Amino acid sequence: MLFRKFSLAVYALLILIPLLMVALTSVKTLQETFRDPLGLPEDGFQWSNYSAIFQEQTMAGYFMNSTIVTLFSVVLTLFFASMIAFGISRLKNWMGNILFGLFTLGMMVPAQVNMVPLYSLMLDLNLTNSLLGLILVNIAVTLPIAVFILTGFMKTLPRELFEASTIDGAGNWQMYTKVAIPLSLPSLSATAIFLFVMHWNDLLYPLLFITDNAYKTLPLALLEFQGEYSTNYPMLFTGVIIASAPMVIAYVFLQRFFVAGMTAGALKG
Amino acid sequence: MKISKTIYLFFLPGLLLYSIFFLYPTVSALFYSFTDWDGLSDAYQFVGVGNYERALTGDSVFRKTVGNNLKFMLMVVVFQTLTALVFAMIVLKNTKANLFLRALYFFPTILSSVSVAFIWAFIYDPSLGILNQILELLGLDFLQQNWLGNSDIAIYSLAVTQIWFHAGQMLIIFVAGLQAIPEDLYEVAKIEGASKWQTFRKVTWPLLAPSATIVIAYTTIQSFKAFDLVFAMTGGGPNNSTEIIATYIFDVAFRSYNFGYASAISVLFMIIIAFITFLQFKALRSDRISY
Repeated sequence: MLFRKFSLAVYALLILIPLLMVALTSVKTLQETFRDPLGLPEDGFQWSNYSAIFQEQTMAGYFMNSTIVTLFSVVLTLFFASMIAFGISRLKNWMGNILFGLFTLGMMVPAQVNMVPLYSLMLDLNLTNSLLGLILVNIAVTLPIAVFILTGFMKTLPRELFEASTIDGAGNWQMYTKVAIPLSLPSLSATAIFLFVMHWNDLLYPLLFITDNAYKTLPLALLEFQGEYSTNYPMLFTGVIIASAPMVIAYVFLQRFFVAGMTAGALKG
Repeated sequence: MKISKTIYLFFLPGLLLYSIFFLYPTVSALFYSFTDWDGLSDAYQFVGVGNYERALTGDSVFRKTVGNNLKFMLMVVVFQTLTALVFAMIVLKNTKANLFLRALYFFPTILSSVSVAFIWAFIYDPSLGILNQILELLGLDFLQQNWLGNSDIAIYSLAVTQIWFHAGQMLIIFVAGLQAIPEDLYEVAKIEGASKWQTFRKVTWPLLAPSATIVIAYTTIQSFKAFDLVFAMTGGGPNNSTEIIATYIFDVAFRSYNFGYASAISVLFMIIIAFITFLQFKALRSDRISY
């Protein structure tokens, strides 16, 4: 019993200490960090790193880019995927099965497999250095998993509900907006959170398609701070805190949904 | 019941984007893998299976990369799954303390790979790093290392980071799987006088097999896709010792501008993943029982 408690505490500390270290280092000066990397800040908290990073970097711009790309990617993926899931669950024939198979096939292919031709396609379409380009690729890449999760859910909805609405003269579109979507909210919200975390944190596609500072998202900007600040950990960690803040705040308040969403993604992925 | 043909319109926007930005590039990877395209010029020549031949017989870096990826995968799959399972069993009951601990263990999953890479670069830093300092405090100076700079151990340092990053997510899946096992089975085992190990072996494990399959398959795929983390932490160095297949494809394509060859490696990458996934499902299927 004691051993169990001890293990739990050790694991908890393994998570907590690095996180505390990030927070503390971000309010220390570089000299302090080099003198005593693990100590508390001696002359009180130094907020200068935060003001410096906003002065030296176009943080607000990166933040904005990440927000735009994430929001549009999540909303449009959910919209298109839920329409497909609805279509598949309505079409109970071989066409439905083939379409379902076609989309789920995409879950097996790691993004790195097609990054080379995708890059040249984006060049040809003039979609590099463009937020629209990132959004379009994000949708295409996360569509398979979203279709998979949502179809699984929509197939469990009672048929009678759809049949009743047909008798009332509802067309496919009404059935989708009035019956399928409201009933699928639990599954939609779980998928939304999974997509949020994925898009907000994505590095690969910005790395491939964005070279202009005006279109960089937070993870890519953060990565490039490493080149600029090298081992200036106070600055790097200030960047980490700013980039993670929205996710962390959302996690604190919506923890239950996060856990459901992230495991739905894993269970189905 | 007759379904209106308008249903096919529901597939249109998604299918269009999916075809252009996913299916088409994936299929053209196969096409380019038979060419010597550099990714920049308009002209390229067909080289038959030349790229594949080069990858499988001539390229020692590729072979090293596959080895690194397998090392990384094995270590993450074994230790992350064990950590997740053991801790899931300890925090199984929905008490307040356990709910808090689960939320805490899960926390790193929501961070970006770049953030995690910075945190661990600091922990592993040879002079400033917390890890070497702790070892010194414990009088274990001889264990101090340049954790990411030593090409013999860098890949294992990365694996530890990956486990820290994602074990909590797997733990939650195990908790869900374990909570689905009916209590009375444990009661029966107790009455029958089964030992703790016997109970685990005969009740818990077989009924947990579906969750275990998911966790292991997902962890495997995740360890092949750890591009972001590796790229941000070591960039594949030192001496290609942490180069995994995904980062190698990036290097060949965007640093050496050898798109044809990078495409061939991509196709091999896909085959390797399909093969490993197939093996795992086969192996784990045989361990399933239902009561």
